[in-house]
Amino acid sequence: MELTTVWFVLIAVLWTGYFVLEGFDFGVGILLPVLGRTASERKMIVAGIGPVWDGNEVWLLVAGGATFAAFPEWYATLFSGFYLPLFVILLALIMRGVALEYRGKSDGTRGWDRAFFWGSLGPAFLWGVAFANIVRGVPLDADHEYAGTLLTLLNPYALLGGAATLVLFTLHGAVFLALKTTGQVRERAGRAVRLLAPAALVVGGAFLLVTQLVTGKPITWLTVALAAGALAGALAATLRGRDGWAFAANAVAIVAVTATLFICLWPNVMPAVDPAHSLTVHNAASTPYTLTVMTWVAAIFTPVVLAYQAWTYWVFRKRLTQPQVEVS
Amino acid sequence: MDVLDLSRWQFGITTVYHFLFVPLTIGLSVIVAGLQTAWYRTRNPDHLRLTRFFGKLFLINFAMGVVTGIVQEFQFGMNWSAYSRFVGDVFGAPLAMEGLIAFFLESTFLGLWIFGWDKLSPRLHLAAIWLAALGTNISAYFILAANSWMQHPVGYRLNPAGGRAELTDIWAVLGNSTTLVTFPHVLFGAFVTAGAFVAGVSVWQLSRGREVAMFRGSARMAMVVTLVAAAGVALSGHWQAQIMTEQQPMKMAAAEALWDDETSAGFSLFAVGDVENGRNHVNVQIPYGLSLLATNTTDGRVEGVNDIQSRYEALYGPGDYRPVVGLAYWSFRLMIGFGVLAGLLALAGLWLTRRGRLPSGRWFHRLAVAGIGLPFLANSLGWIFTEMGRQPWTVFGVMRTAAAVSPGVDVTEVSITLAGFTLVYAALAVIEVRLLLKFIRIGPHEETEPAGAVPALTY
Ligand code: HDD
Ligand code: HEM
Ligand code: HEM
Repeated sequence: MELTTVWFVLIAVLWTGYFVLEGFDFGVGILLPVLGRTASERKMIVAGIGPVWDGNEVWLLVAGGATFAAFPEWYATLFSGFYLPLFVILLALIMRGVALEYRGKSDGTRGWDRAFFWGSLGPAFLWGVAFANIVRGVPLDADHEYAGTLLTLLNPYALLGGAATLVLFTLHGAVFLALKTTGQVRERAGRAVRLLAPAALVVGGAFLLVTQLVTGKPITWLTVALAAGALAGALAATLRGRDGWAFAANAVAIVAVTATLFICLWPNVMPAVDPAHSLTVHNAASTPYTLTVMTWVAAIFTPVVLAYQAWTYWVFRKRLTQPQVEVS
Repeated sequence: MDVLDLSRWQFGITTVYHFLFVPLTIGLSVIVAGLQTAWYRTRNPDHLRLTRFFGKLFLINFAMGVVTGIVQEFQFGMNWSAYSRFVGDVFGAPLAMEGLIAFFLESTFLGLWIFGWDKLSPRLHLAAIWLAALGTNISAYFILAANSWMQHPVGYRLNPAGGRAELTDIWAVLGNSTTLVTFPHVLFGAFVTAGAFVAGVSVWQLSRGREVAMFRGSARMAMVVTLVAAAGVALSGHWQAQIMTEQQPMKMAAAEALWDDETSAGFSLFAVGDVENGRNHVNVQIPYGLSLLATNTTDGRVEGVNDIQSRYEALYGPGDYRPVVGLAYWSFRLMIGFGVLAGLLALAGLWLTRRGRLPSGRWFHRLAVAGIGLPFLANSLGWIFTEMGRQPWTVFGVMRTAAAVSPGVDVTEVSITLAGFTLVYAALAVIEVRLLLKFIRIGPHEETEPAGAVPALTY
């Protein structure tokens, strides 16, 4: 395999990891006001992601850094082109991170919970908008600079993409909470899954179908079908009370959706409205030397990172119960 | 103001702000790990209480370092797309390594440390804080390697066809002589910061008559850290100055307000300059000082601003190659000044608390608390000096700042983000300081042995 291909796949994997892991963090934030009726319930919900959310977010930072190193043109065009949406995402991530760390240390939690909610909802929606635009193609000039406006990005297809990730991540949060909690919160999370899974099938299905019809390849029919099947599986497992399976199935659904988007994108990384100006894995890439160096670094450290992150989830695998949370 | 000016303000504000939290994170992570190690070894409950107390302050600070760091990661693409295209092949590599090798390590193991008091064995739990501390230090290395490449580009070639810098030797970039002196300087700076912080907080507790034995111990420990680190910062800063004189003579000339090449140059203590005409009105000097420092001889030759300017015009074409001389001059002096002051304060503190003594005067408490601010000032001024002193270059000798800015971003957009980040950051600063003060006032809790106890979900 060519190194540019390796790095395209690696960056796809990083985004997939980010969406699978931070996806449930976002969902937890969005569901907090709905599922947490009392202060101690809210505390339990937040505690569910407490040990892991920062590690999950690093997937985004590494995706950004890897894009900078492997495809500098992609990094430059994407983040200067999607300037204001990215600004909103950054503000949201700031508010959310501070809220998560400070709510337990402050006297009042109302303001922080609001910041956590909006700071989760914003990126959950906007990442979908961004990726829909990337896949669909945006106006780029001959220097690969973005030539559209803010409104160009807010087209119906992109908004549908935003709605799709929003529902998917919210569902992911519900499935996660059903798995991690006990008592009332768990029951409510289960009910939320029953409402959200059909919604995710409809909205996510519509988005994937349009994507498939406009930019799809034969093979992406497979990933689209896998996404739909996994969503249905998550619902079925929840109905049977098999929360672990539900979470796994929903994670597969998110993997399948992200895979669909990246396979549609290939071999472009930022298709332009005028194909002559498109950024591809070839014209956006770093030199073979840089890619070789980075491949070595990734080959050595990725397994280590995966091992200790997996171990972290193992350490915190137990369900949270309320009295446990009441103390502290 | 145009896009360039606004983008520079934005980068300056967000980066200096990020670096308010960074040195405290780096230094305090190691101090907290040290305290926990002391507890692990001795089982002295005071050590556990100090670990928990300073651990909480550390986490409040760490949160701000993380969220302001996210902005850093994407800023290059947002406001400096031309720069990103040009240097990504070289500069992106250390940045990506930082994420993969350091950020995962620090964030994952910090999560384990915060929530793992009752879930991990004491030994593993201790390892978690050490690994998180290691992560913060590794992260500093990679980001400083990236920054040093902008100060002194090595291990690359210019590709005329692609119009970009291309990596040819990763070891040259990671082993850049500039990185090797910058890294210890920044680390020592971080320990001055964390030491002064722990000392100031401990003395404040002493002023309330709280836990006198315990906080006297932590105050003295922190003063030793500050003092040793201040010596380290001076020594490493000195090596840095030598390297800088060689690699960026203009920066040294500006830092010294030395206008013309001189032999037997003096070390300037106080100068009032006339930048237009390239001379000083007033200049109080230590005779021969600069020549002695820069060349080890009293009559050594040191290059001056005016002469370097004409040499650079011959080398790089017409243009103004002078940084803002007054800023370079004063930021350099004040960095050193505040750092030396912090070191002297620590030394005085150690003397005053020697052999069981404990001064009760309010001036002692006030000075120790005010001393917390000195390293923050020195750190900020150090970066302002390093980065402003490099102007007009963004990559020294290779790319000018004016050519680095995003061509597709307009004044309105940068104004929005500049205002947005500044306002949010200001609000967060208020919240952060309030929280720190709250927990400093509350003071340490009684701690029971955590093993087997009920989990502390909100550490
Ligand atoms: C010498 C040290 C140093 C310097 C010059 C910088 N940083 Fe930093 N950064 C750190 C040292 C550090 C750290 C000690 O590792 C932090 C501080 C608090 C923390 O949580 O980690 C951090 C956090 C931090 C994070 C969040 C990591 C996380 O979620 O755990 C990001 C993405 C960045 N930084 C990125 C940058 C970039 C792109 C910089 C350059 C413009 C930069 N930092 C300057
Ligand atoms: C508190 C601070 C300082 C101390 C203790 C100190 C100490 C020393 C020592 C021991 C040396 C000789 C070691 C060697 O050659 O590597 C030296 C060299 C040097 N110092 Fe400093 N110094 C200090 C501050 C400074 C400052 C502020 C400057 C810049 C203006 C500076 C610039 C230099 C230079 C350029 C050399 C190079 C000598 C050479 O090339 O051999 N130093 N210093
Ligand atoms: C005697 C004392 C000091 C000397 C001689 C000294 C010297 C220097 C020099 C020469 C630079 C610029 C390097 C370059 O641009 O290539 C620098 C930068 C810097 N200094 Fe200092 N410094 C001293 C004290 C301090 C103290 C006390 C702190 C903080 C607590 C500090 C923090 C920094 C920082 C953060 C930078 C920017 C990063 C870097 O380039 O290393 N310095 N210092």
